[in-house]
Amino acid sequence: MVVRVLNLNQMLRLTAGRVGCLLSRRAVVGMTNSGARMSSHSHHEVSDQVDMSQPMYWDRLDTPLPDRAWIDVLDSKDKSLKQKEKGPWTALSKEEKIALYRLKFNHTYPEMKKPSHEWKTVIGGMFIFFGITGLVVFWQGHYVYPPQPHTFGEEWQAKQIQRMLDMRVNPIEGFSAKWDYKNKQWK
Amino acid sequence: MFRAAVRLSVSGARSLTWTRLGCTAPLAQRCYSHGGKQETDDEFDARWVNYFNKADIDAWELRKGMNTLIGYDLVPEPKILDAALRACRRLDDLASAIRILEAVKDKSGPHKDIYPYLIQELRPTVDELGISTPEELGMDKL
Repeated sequence: MVVRVLNLNQMLRLTAGRVGCLLSRRAVVGMTNSGARMSSHSHHEVSDQVDMSQPMYWDRLDTPLPDRAWIDVLDSKDKSLKQKEKGPWTALSKEEKIALYRLKFNHTYPEMKKPSHEWKTVIGGMFIFFGITGLVVFWQGHYVYPPQPHTFGEEWQAKQIQRMLDMRVNPIEGFSAKWDYKNKQWK
Repeated sequence: MFRAAVRLSVSGARSLTWTRLGCTAPLAQRCYSHGGKQETDDEFDARWVNYFNKADIDAWELRKGMNTLIGYDLVPEPKILDAALRACRRLDDLASAIRILEAVKDKSGPHKDIYPYLIQELRPTVDELGISTPEELGMDKL
């Protein structure tokens, strides 16, 4: 049995090429997890290309019955089980019923809906990039920026504020309004 | 309790004012937009029961029908599911029958009482055909 896992590029191409299915965000996420894997397919391709002209299998919550079964190539045990399936299903044991389901489908619905740990990768990756950016910003501040203008200095700023108060800048609602001229302090 | 096919949308009480594509698989699409004659719930149900009751239904039609039906914003009535399960029987496809039950349980979403009701209504058919529910096979757990 050959199990091929599609790489991300192929999975995205498959998603884009899906005809007739309304792609919801949830379904797309659900799809990229298990992908449309080729399992036990009869042809043996050397390349990684997926043959899009063939019916495909998929696990999707909103599309319960995909175009083909999960396992196409049946050994003799499976074949005899499929024969038994043609008779009354009451004659099948629980294990046989589960086996028949697993032949036809890869994941059950609970397995499809199983939450993944992907969010940790996403948040972790975000923080890593924030960190790298922080380092870049720090380096930039140290090596790239020119010296601060002299008007930023403590003494200059103090003189500037005094000048603004003397000019009565915004005396009603703004700057000077907050200064208590009588007691020479901020209100 | 559930008179017609259960609507999952928030405006569930508005029965006849939705817009959707009604597909009877190989035939033309019928768009029920404003102005046309609206299909009642019973007509919808009857159409789908009729679809699955086709004696010589083939595997493609079963898949197409189920995938389309699951695409609608509703949980199908037990009688539609009954017809679909019997179609699975005619096609000797037990796996799809179980898959259908899983799908409608998922369609119910947060309304946990819909699926037990469906199973209760479908119990005679399920027993007759020998279908095991996902719960009975232990497939509802991870």
